[in-house]
Amino acid sequence: MADPKADKLPPSRGAVPVNYQIVAEYPPKQITRRSFMMSWAGVAWGTFAAANGVGGLACLRFMLPNVLFEPPQVFKAGKLEDYEWDKPDERFKQTQKAVMVKLRGDWNKKPAMVALDITCTHLGCTPNILFSESKIKCPCHGSGFRFNGINFEGPAPRPLERYKVYIDPVDGQIVVDKTKKFHYETGDWNSPDCTVDLSTA
Amino acid sequence: MAKKGELGQVWDYVVNTQVWRSIMRHGYPNSPRNRSLAVLANLVLHLHPIRLRKSGLRVRYTWCMGGITFFLFLELTITGLLLMFYYRPTAEYAYVDIEYLRADVPLGVMRELHRWGAHAMVISVWLHMMRVFMTGAYKPPREFNWGVGVILLVLTLLLSFTGYLLPWDQLAMWAVTVGTNMARATPVMGHEGPGAAFIVLPTEGGSISVIHQASDVRFGLLGGRFVGAPTILRFYVLHCVGFPLVVAFLIALHFWRVRKDGGISGPL
Repeated sequence: MADPKADKLPPSRGAVPVNYQIVAEYPPKQITRRSFMMSWAGVAWGTFAAANGVGGLACLRFMLPNVLFEPPQVFKAGKLEDYEWDKPDERFKQTQKAVMVKLRGDWNKKPAMVALDITCTHLGCTPNILFSESKIKCPCHGSGFRFNGINFEGPAPRPLERYKVYIDPVDGQIVVDKTKKFHYETGDWNSPDCTVDLSTA
Repeated sequence: MAKKGELGQVWDYVVNTQVWRSIMRHGYPNSPRNRSLAVLANLVLHLHPIRLRKSGLRVRYTWCMGGITFFLFLELTITGLLLMFYYRPTAEYAYVDIEYLRADVPLGVMRELHRWGAHAMVISVWLHMMRVFMTGAYKPPREFNWGVGVILLVLTLLLSFTGYLLPWDQLAMWAVTVGTNMARATPVMGHEGPGAAFIVLPTEGGSISVIHQASDVRFGLLGGRFVGAPTILRFYVLHCVGFPLVVAFLIALHFWRVRKDGGISGPL
Protein backbone atom coordinates (compact mmCIF):
# COMPACT_ATOMS: atom_id res chain seq x y z
CA MET A 1 0.00 0.00 0.00
CA ALA A 2 2.04 2.94 -1.22
CA ASP A 3 -0.50 5.65 -0.53
CA PRO A 4 1.35 8.96 -0.03
CA LYS A 5 -1.45 10.25 2.26
CA ALA A 6 -1.52 7.16 4.38
CA ASP A 7 0.31 8.70 7.34
CA LYS A 8 -2.13 11.68 7.46
CA LEU A 9 -5.34 9.59 7.47
CA PRO A 10 -6.86 8.35 10.73
CA PRO A 11 -6.17 4.72 11.48
CA SER A 12 -8.54 2.14 10.10
CA ARG A 13 -11.80 1.83 12.03
CA GLY A 14 -11.69 -1.86 11.72
CA ALA A 15 -8.97 -2.28 14.29
CA VAL A 16 -9.65 0.14 17.15
CA PRO A 17 -12.87 1.08 18.97
CA VAL A 18 -14.55 4.12 17.50
CA ASN A 19 -14.57 6.09 20.77
CA TYR A 20 -10.90 5.55 21.26
CA GLN A 21 -10.27 6.98 17.83
CA ILE A 22 -12.19 10.19 18.57
CA VAL A 23 -10.36 10.77 21.82
CA ALA A 24 -7.10 10.21 20.06
CA GLU A 25 -7.84 12.76 17.32
CA TYR A 26 -9.30 15.65 19.29
CA PRO A 27 -8.42 18.31 20.08
CA PRO A 28 -6.61 18.79 16.81
CA LYS A 29 -3.08 19.97 17.21
CA GLN A 30 -3.22 22.37 14.30
CA ILE A 31 -5.95 24.50 12.76
CA THR A 32 -7.52 22.54 9.96
CA ARG A 33 -10.04 23.90 7.48
CA ARG A 34 -12.81 22.08 9.32
CA SER A 35 -11.84 23.18 12.82
CA PHE A 36 -11.52 26.78 11.64
CA MET A 37 -15.00 26.73 10.11
CA MET A 38 -16.51 25.05 13.15
CA SER A 39 -14.95 27.57 15.51
CA TRP A 40 -16.95 30.30 13.78
CA ALA A 41 -20.19 28.31 13.45
CA GLY A 42 -21.55 29.50 16.80
CA VAL A 43 -20.93 33.12 15.89
CA ALA A 44 -22.53 32.61 12.47
CA TRP A 45 -25.64 30.90 13.80
CA GLY A 46 -25.90 33.42 16.63
CA THR A 47 -25.76 36.30 14.16
CA PHE A 48 -28.34 34.60 11.97
CA ALA A 49 -30.69 34.05 14.91
CA ALA A 50 -30.22 37.63 16.13
CA ALA A 51 -30.92 39.03 12.67
CA ASN A 52 -34.08 36.94 12.45
CA GLY A 53 -35.14 38.08 15.90
CA VAL A 54 -34.66 41.73 15.02
CA GLY A 55 -36.54 41.19 11.76
CA GLY A 56 -39.40 39.52 13.61
CA LEU A 57 -39.63 42.35 16.14
CA ALA A 58 -39.52 44.88 13.28
CA CYS A 59 -42.45 43.06 11.64
CA LEU A 60 -44.42 43.27 14.90
CA ARG A 61 -43.63 46.98 15.18
CA PHE A 62 -44.79 47.40 11.57
CA MET A 63 -48.29 46.43 12.70
CA LEU A 64 -48.50 49.39 15.11
CA PRO A 65 -49.11 52.56 13.08
CA ASN A 66 -47.51 55.86 14.11
CA VAL A 67 -50.19 58.17 12.71
CA LEU A 68 -53.86 57.60 13.51
CA PHE A 69 -56.70 59.05 11.50
CA GLU A 70 -58.78 59.38 14.64
CA PRO A 71 -59.98 62.43 16.57
CA PRO A 72 -57.35 63.85 18.97
CA GLN A 73 -57.39 62.44 22.49
CA VAL A 74 -57.61 65.89 24.11
CA PHE A 75 -60.37 68.24 23.02
CA LYS A 76 -62.14 71.41 24.18
CA ALA A 77 -65.80 71.05 25.03
CA GLY A 78 -66.97 74.66 25.31
CA LYS A 79 -67.83 76.53 28.48
CA LEU A 80 -69.78 75.50 31.56
CA GLU A 81 -72.62 77.87 30.60
CA ASP A 82 -73.10 75.94 27.36
CA TYR A 83 -74.56 72.99 29.26
CA GLU A 84 -77.92 72.52 30.95
CA TRP A 85 -78.15 71.08 34.44
CA ASP A 86 -78.78 67.31 34.66
CA LYS A 87 -79.15 66.91 30.92
CA PRO A 88 -76.48 64.72 29.31
CA ASP A 89 -75.08 66.40 26.23
CA GLU A 90 -74.51 64.29 23.12
CA ARG A 91 -72.62 66.77 20.93
CA PHE A 92 -69.32 64.87 21.38
CA LYS A 93 -70.85 61.41 21.52
CA GLN A 94 -70.45 60.50 17.85
CA THR A 95 -66.99 61.98 17.32
CA GLN A 96 -65.34 61.46 20.72
CA LYS A 97 -67.42 58.81 22.51
CA ALA A 98 -67.79 61.35 25.32
CA VAL A 99 -71.03 62.53 26.96
CA MET A 100 -70.79 65.71 29.00
CA VAL A 101 -73.06 65.94 32.05
CA LYS A 102 -73.48 68.93 34.37
CA LEU A 103 -74.82 67.30 37.53
CA ARG A 104 -76.55 69.16 40.39
CA GLY A 105 -75.57 66.25 42.60
CA ASP A 106 -72.86 63.84 41.62
CA TRP A 107 -72.45 60.46 43.34
CA ASN A 108 -70.97 62.35 46.33
CA LYS A 109 -73.87 64.89 46.34
CA LYS A 110 -71.62 67.71 45.09
CA PRO A 111 -72.46 69.63 41.90
CA ALA A 112 -69.96 68.74 39.20
CA MET A 113 -69.20 68.71 35.47
CA VAL A 114 -68.15 65.29 34.24
CA ALA A 115 -67.22 63.65 30.93
CA LEU A 116 -68.50 60.07 30.69
CA ASP A 117 -66.80 57.54 28.44
CA ILE A 118 -69.96 56.33 26.71
CA THR A 119 -68.70 52.76 26.39
CA CYS A 120 -70.75 50.09 28.11
CA THR A 121 -68.71 48.38 30.82
CA HIS A 122 -70.32 45.06 29.92
CA LEU A 123 -68.96 44.39 26.42
CA GLY A 124 -68.13 47.78 24.96
CA CYS A 125 -71.20 48.87 22.99
CA THR A 126 -72.33 52.50 22.93
CA PRO A 127 -75.38 53.06 25.15
CA ASN A 128 -78.22 55.45 24.25
CA ILE A 129 -79.40 58.29 26.44
CA LEU A 130 -83.10 57.95 27.26
CA PHE A 131 -84.10 61.41 28.50
CA SER A 132 -87.73 60.48 29.19
CA GLU A 133 -86.65 57.65 31.48
CA SER A 134 -83.69 59.53 32.97
CA LYS A 135 -81.24 56.78 32.25
CA ILE A 136 -78.45 55.67 29.94
CA LYS A 137 -79.40 52.36 28.33
CA CYS A 138 -77.25 49.98 26.31
CA PRO A 139 -79.03 48.47 23.29
CA CYS A 140 -76.88 45.33 23.21
CA HIS A 141 -77.77 43.58 26.47
CA GLY A 142 -79.88 46.11 28.36
CA SER A 143 -77.44 47.54 30.89
CA GLY A 144 -78.77 50.72 32.52
CA PHE A 145 -76.85 53.61 34.05
CA ARG A 146 -77.86 56.78 35.89
CA PHE A 147 -76.87 60.10 34.35
CA ASN A 148 -73.85 60.15 36.69
CA GLY A 149 -72.66 56.87 35.20
CA ILE A 150 -73.58 54.53 38.08
CA ASN A 151 -74.93 51.20 36.82
CA PHE A 152 -78.24 49.99 38.27
CA GLU A 153 -79.63 47.32 35.92
CA GLY A 154 -78.54 44.76 33.38
CA PRO A 155 -75.27 42.85 33.08
CA ALA A 156 -72.83 45.79 33.31
CA PRO A 157 -70.55 44.98 36.26
CA ARG A 158 -69.43 48.54 37.10
CA PRO A 159 -70.22 52.20 36.40
CA LEU A 160 -69.25 53.97 33.20
CA GLU A 161 -65.71 55.31 33.18
CA ARG A 162 -64.98 59.04 33.23
CA TYR A 163 -62.41 61.09 31.35
CA LYS A 164 -60.17 63.67 32.93
CA VAL A 165 -61.76 67.14 32.80
CA TYR A 166 -60.42 70.54 33.76
CA ILE A 167 -60.94 74.21 32.95
CA ASP A 168 -58.43 75.78 30.60
CA PRO A 169 -56.98 78.72 32.59
CA VAL A 170 -56.60 80.83 29.45
CA ASP A 171 -59.96 80.74 27.70
CA GLY A 172 -62.09 79.18 30.43
CA GLN A 173 -63.21 76.25 28.30
CA ILE A 174 -63.71 72.72 29.55
CA VAL A 175 -60.87 70.45 28.40
CA VAL A 176 -61.49 66.70 28.16
CA ASP A 177 -58.37 64.51 28.28
CA LYS A 178 -59.23 61.00 27.12
CA THR A 179 -55.77 59.59 27.84
CA LYS A 180 -56.63 59.54 31.55
CA LYS A 181 -59.65 57.55 32.69
CA PHE A 182 -61.22 57.18 36.13
CA HIS A 183 -62.88 54.04 37.46
CA TYR A 184 -65.51 54.29 40.20
CA GLU A 185 -64.75 50.89 41.71
CA THR A 186 -61.10 51.71 42.38
CA GLY A 187 -61.91 55.01 44.07
CA ASP A 188 -60.57 57.08 41.16
CA TRP A 189 -63.68 59.25 41.21
CA ASN A 190 -62.43 60.97 44.39
CA SER A 191 -59.64 62.50 42.30
CA PRO A 192 -60.04 66.24 41.62
CA ASP A 193 -59.18 65.58 37.95
CA CYS A 194 -62.26 63.38 37.57
CA THR A 195 -64.74 66.27 37.78
CA VAL A 196 -64.90 70.03 37.54
CA ASP A 197 -66.11 70.86 41.02
CA LEU A 198 -69.02 73.32 40.82
CA SER A 199 -69.62 73.69 44.58
CA THR A 200 -68.20 77.19 44.58
CA ALA A 201 -69.65 78.25 41.23
CA MET B 1 -58.52 -9.88 -28.06
CA ALA B 2 -60.97 -7.91 -30.10
CA LYS B 3 -59.66 -5.77 -32.94
CA LYS B 4 -59.43 -2.14 -31.94
CA GLY B 5 -61.57 0.44 -33.65
CA GLU B 6 -60.27 3.72 -34.98
CA LEU B 7 -61.09 5.45 -31.70
CA GLY B 8 -59.07 2.88 -29.84
CA GLN B 9 -56.11 3.45 -32.14
CA VAL B 10 -56.29 7.21 -31.61
CA TRP B 11 -56.43 6.64 -27.85
CA ASP B 12 -53.42 4.36 -28.01
CA TYR B 13 -51.53 7.03 -29.93
CA VAL B 14 -52.47 9.72 -27.41
CA VAL B 15 -51.42 7.75 -24.35
CA ASN B 16 -48.08 6.98 -25.97
CA THR B 17 -47.18 10.59 -26.79
CA GLN B 18 -44.35 12.19 -24.87
CA VAL B 19 -46.73 14.80 -23.42
CA TRP B 20 -49.11 12.19 -21.98
CA ARG B 21 -46.35 9.99 -20.65
CA SER B 22 -44.61 12.92 -19.00
CA ILE B 23 -47.83 13.76 -17.11
CA MET B 24 -49.02 10.23 -16.33
CA ARG B 25 -46.05 8.31 -15.03
CA HIS B 26 -47.76 4.95 -14.82
CA GLY B 27 -50.19 2.74 -16.75
CA TYR B 28 -53.89 2.19 -16.17
CA PRO B 29 -54.72 1.55 -12.53
CA ASN B 30 -55.79 -2.00 -13.34
CA SER B 31 -53.16 -3.81 -11.30
CA PRO B 32 -52.32 -3.49 -7.59
CA ARG B 33 -48.98 -1.93 -8.51
CA ASN B 34 -50.46 0.71 -10.81
CA ARG B 35 -53.24 1.45 -8.34
CA SER B 36 -50.59 2.19 -5.73
CA LEU B 37 -48.63 4.30 -8.21
CA ALA B 38 -51.76 6.31 -9.08
CA VAL B 39 -51.82 7.54 -5.49
CA LEU B 40 -48.08 7.72 -4.88
CA ALA B 41 -47.25 9.67 -8.03
CA ASN B 42 -49.89 12.36 -7.48
CA LEU B 43 -49.08 15.44 -5.45
CA VAL B 44 -52.59 15.79 -4.06
CA LEU B 45 -53.55 12.12 -3.72
CA HIS B 46 -50.38 11.10 -1.94
CA LEU B 47 -51.73 12.73 1.22
CA HIS B 48 -54.28 9.95 1.14
CA PRO B 49 -53.49 6.33 1.98
CA ILE B 50 -53.04 3.88 -0.88
CA ARG B 51 -55.41 1.43 0.72
CA LEU B 52 -58.25 1.99 3.16
CA ARG B 53 -59.75 -0.34 5.69
CA LYS B 54 -63.26 -1.35 4.82
CA SER B 55 -64.31 0.05 8.20
CA GLY B 56 -62.96 3.45 7.12
CA LEU B 57 -65.78 3.74 4.63
CA ARG B 58 -68.49 3.26 7.26
CA VAL B 59 -70.27 6.62 7.34
CA ARG B 60 -72.03 5.70 10.57
CA TYR B 61 -68.62 5.50 12.22
CA THR B 62 -66.87 8.57 10.76
CA TRP B 63 -69.95 10.69 9.86
CA CYS B 64 -67.64 11.84 7.03
CA MET B 65 -67.33 15.03 9.06
CA GLY B 66 -63.66 15.62 8.22
CA GLY B 67 -64.44 15.16 4.55
CA ILE B 68 -67.44 17.47 4.74
CA THR B 69 -65.31 20.09 6.50
CA PHE B 70 -62.71 19.85 3.76
CA PHE B 71 -65.40 20.09 1.08
CA LEU B 72 -66.77 23.22 2.77
CA PHE B 73 -63.26 24.69 2.94
CA LEU B 74 -62.94 24.22 -0.83
CA GLU B 75 -66.42 25.68 -1.37
CA LEU B 76 -65.56 28.71 0.78
CA THR B 77 -62.26 29.19 -1.07
CA ILE B 78 -64.00 29.25 -4.44
CA THR B 79 -66.97 31.44 -3.47
CA GLY B 80 -64.66 33.70 -1.46
CA LEU B 81 -62.34 34.14 -4.42
CA LEU B 82 -65.33 35.07 -6.61
CA LEU B 83 -66.59 37.58 -4.03
CA MET B 84 -63.17 39.25 -3.99
CA PHE B 85 -63.72 40.36 -7.60
CA TYR B 86 -66.48 42.73 -6.48
CA TYR B 87 -65.81 43.52 -2.84
CA ARG B 88 -63.60 46.46 -1.84
CA PRO B 89 -62.33 46.28 1.76
CA THR B 90 -62.61 49.95 2.69
CA ALA B 91 -64.88 51.72 5.13
CA GLU B 92 -66.17 53.76 2.20
CA TYR B 93 -67.20 50.94 -0.16
CA ALA B 94 -67.51 47.73 1.84
CA TYR B 95 -71.19 48.01 2.73
CA VAL B 96 -72.36 49.23 -0.67
CA ASP B 97 -70.40 46.42 -2.33
CA ILE B 98 -72.20 43.89 -0.14
CA GLU B 99 -75.51 45.43 -1.21
CA TYR B 100 -74.31 45.37 -4.80
CA LEU B 101 -73.34 41.70 -4.53
CA ARG B 102 -76.75 40.88 -3.16
CA ALA B 103 -78.90 42.97 -5.46
CA ASP B 104 -77.19 43.57 -8.79
CA VAL B 105 -74.33 41.14 -9.36
CA PRO B 106 -75.35 37.98 -11.26
CA LEU B 107 -75.96 35.10 -8.85
CA GLY B 108 -76.68 37.19 -5.77
CA VAL B 109 -76.73 33.93 -3.86
CA MET B 110 -72.92 33.78 -4.05
CA ARG B 111 -72.47 35.74 -0.83
CA GLU B 112 -75.11 33.63 0.87
CA LEU B 113 -73.31 30.48 -0.22
CA HIS B 114 -70.16 31.84 1.39
CA ARG B 115 -72.01 32.75 4.56
CA TRP B 116 -73.95 29.51 4.87
CA GLY B 117 -70.82 27.53 4.05
CA ALA B 118 -68.98 29.33 6.83
CA HIS B 119 -71.68 28.51 9.37
CA ALA B 120 -71.77 24.90 8.16
CA MET B 121 -67.99 24.58 8.39
CA VAL B 122 -67.92 25.75 12.00
CA ILE B 123 -70.64 23.19 12.82
CA SER B 124 -68.97 20.36 10.92
CA VAL B 125 -65.58 21.06 12.54
CA TRP B 126 -67.17 20.73 15.97
CA LEU B 127 -68.98 17.55 14.97
CA HIS B 128 -65.76 16.13 13.53
CA MET B 129 -64.00 16.89 16.79
CA MET B 130 -66.84 15.27 18.73
CA ARG B 131 -66.67 12.12 16.59
CA VAL B 132 -62.90 11.86 17.06
CA PHE B 133 -63.35 12.27 20.79
CA MET B 134 -66.20 9.78 21.08
CA THR B 135 -64.35 7.08 19.13
CA GLY B 136 -61.13 7.67 21.05
CA ALA B 137 -59.28 8.52 17.85
CA TYR B 138 -57.20 11.16 19.65
CA LYS B 139 -55.22 8.55 21.59
CA PRO B 140 -51.55 7.75 20.87
CA PRO B 141 -50.08 7.66 18.32
CA ARG B 142 -52.66 10.13 16.98
CA GLU B 143 -52.29 12.75 19.73
CA PHE B 144 -50.16 15.04 17.56
CA ASN B 145 -52.88 15.11 14.94
CA TRP B 146 -55.43 15.97 17.62
CA GLY B 147 -53.24 18.99 18.42
CA VAL B 148 -53.14 20.00 14.75
CA GLY B 149 -56.92 19.62 14.71
CA VAL B 150 -57.34 21.93 17.69
CA ILE B 151 -55.26 24.59 15.93
CA LEU B 152 -57.40 24.12 12.81
CA LEU B 153 -60.54 24.56 14.94
CA VAL B 154 -59.21 27.84 16.34
CA LEU B 155 -58.25 29.01 12.84
CA THR B 156 -61.74 28.13 11.56
CA LEU B 157 -63.25 30.27 14.30
CA LEU B 158 -60.81 33.10 13.51
CA LEU B 159 -61.70 32.90 9.81
CA SER B 160 -65.35 33.10 10.78
CA PHE B 161 -64.71 36.03 13.11
CA THR B 162 -62.62 38.05 10.64
CA GLY B 163 -65.23 37.45 7.92
CA TYR B 164 -67.91 38.69 10.29
CA LEU B 165 -66.58 42.27 10.08
CA LEU B 166 -66.44 42.49 6.30
CA PRO B 167 -70.13 43.34 5.59
CA TRP B 168 -69.41 46.51 7.60
CA ASP B 169 -72.93 46.88 8.97
CA GLN B 170 -74.00 47.57 12.54
CA LEU B 171 -73.99 43.89 13.46
CA ALA B 172 -70.45 43.43 12.11
CA MET B 173 -69.20 46.60 13.76
CA TRP B 174 -70.48 45.83 17.25
CA ALA B 175 -69.82 42.12 17.17
CA VAL B 176 -66.17 42.79 16.37
CA THR B 177 -66.01 45.66 18.88
CA VAL B 178 -67.23 43.32 21.59
CA GLY B 179 -65.03 40.45 20.40
CA THR B 180 -61.82 42.45 20.20
CA ASN B 181 -62.44 44.00 23.62
CA MET B 182 -61.34 40.65 24.99
CA ALA B 183 -57.85 41.41 23.67
CA ARG B 184 -57.63 44.26 26.20
CA ALA B 185 -57.30 41.64 28.93
CA THR B 186 -54.42 39.74 27.28
CA PRO B 187 -51.77 39.07 29.92
CA VAL B 188 -48.91 41.59 29.69
CA MET B 189 -49.65 42.51 26.06
CA GLY B 190 -53.13 43.98 26.64
CA HIS B 191 -53.42 47.34 28.39
CA GLU B 192 -56.07 46.10 30.83
CA GLY B 193 -54.55 42.66 31.25
CA PRO B 194 -52.59 41.32 34.23
CA GLY B 195 -48.97 42.42 34.28
CA ALA B 196 -49.32 45.31 31.84
CA ALA B 197 -49.42 47.86 34.66
CA PHE B 198 -45.92 46.86 35.76
CA ILE B 199 -44.29 47.66 32.41
CA VAL B 200 -43.51 51.35 32.88
CA LEU B 201 -40.78 53.80 32.04
CA PRO B 202 -39.71 55.81 35.09
CA THR B 203 -39.49 59.55 34.50
CA GLU B 204 -38.99 62.60 36.65
CA GLY B 205 -42.68 63.43 36.90
CA GLY B 206 -43.85 59.89 37.58
CA SER B 207 -43.95 56.91 35.28
CA ILE B 208 -45.19 56.35 31.74
CA SER B 209 -46.93 53.10 30.93
CA VAL B 210 -45.46 51.26 27.94
CA ILE B 211 -48.53 49.11 27.30
CA HIS B 212 -51.41 51.52 26.80
CA GLN B 213 -54.48 51.79 24.60
CA ALA B 214 -52.43 52.86 21.59
CA SER B 215 -49.62 50.30 21.87
CA ASP B 216 -51.09 47.02 23.05
CA VAL B 217 -51.96 43.83 21.18
CA ARG B 218 -55.52 44.99 20.49
CA PHE B 219 -54.17 48.14 18.91
CA GLY B 220 -52.02 46.03 16.62
CA LEU B 221 -55.03 43.93 15.69
CA LEU B 222 -57.35 46.87 15.00
CA GLY B 223 -54.81 49.34 13.63
CA GLY B 224 -56.36 51.96 15.89
CA ARG B 225 -57.96 52.58 19.25
CA PHE B 226 -61.35 51.38 18.03
CA VAL B 227 -62.83 49.39 15.16
CA GLY B 228 -62.38 51.73 12.18
CA ALA B 229 -61.16 52.05 8.62
CA PRO B 230 -57.76 50.38 9.26
CA THR B 231 -59.48 47.45 10.98
CA ILE B 232 -61.55 46.33 8.00
CA LEU B 233 -58.42 46.21 5.82
CA ARG B 234 -56.50 44.20 8.41
CA PHE B 235 -59.33 41.75 8.90
CA TYR B 236 -59.73 41.42 5.13
CA VAL B 237 -56.05 40.55 4.64
CA LEU B 238 -56.16 38.04 7.50
CA HIS B 239 -59.44 36.58 6.25
CA CYS B 240 -58.48 36.24 2.58
CA VAL B 241 -54.73 35.59 2.70
CA GLY B 242 -53.21 35.04 6.14
CA PHE B 243 -55.46 32.47 7.75
CA PRO B 244 -56.34 30.49 4.57
CA LEU B 245 -52.64 29.93 3.81
CA VAL B 246 -51.98 28.60 7.29
CA VAL B 247 -55.17 26.51 7.21
CA ALA B 248 -54.29 24.99 3.81
CA PHE B 249 -50.86 23.98 5.08
CA LEU B 250 -52.24 22.50 8.29
CA ILE B 251 -54.98 20.61 6.43
CA ALA B 252 -52.29 18.98 4.29
CA LEU B 253 -50.32 18.11 7.43
CA HIS B 254 -53.50 16.82 9.10
CA PHE B 255 -54.35 14.45 6.21
CA TRP B 256 -50.79 13.24 5.90
CA ARG B 257 -50.62 12.47 9.62
CA VAL B 258 -53.88 10.51 9.41
CA ARG B 259 -52.07 8.20 7.00
CA LYS B 260 -48.83 8.12 8.95
CA ASP B 261 -50.53 7.46 12.28
CA GLY B 262 -52.18 4.28 11.11
CA GLY B 263 -55.04 5.31 8.86
CA ILE B 264 -58.60 6.33 9.47
CA SER B 265 -61.03 4.81 11.95
CA GLY B 266 -59.58 1.50 12.93
CA PRO B 267 -57.74 -0.25 15.71
CA LEU B 268 -53.99 0.17 15.65
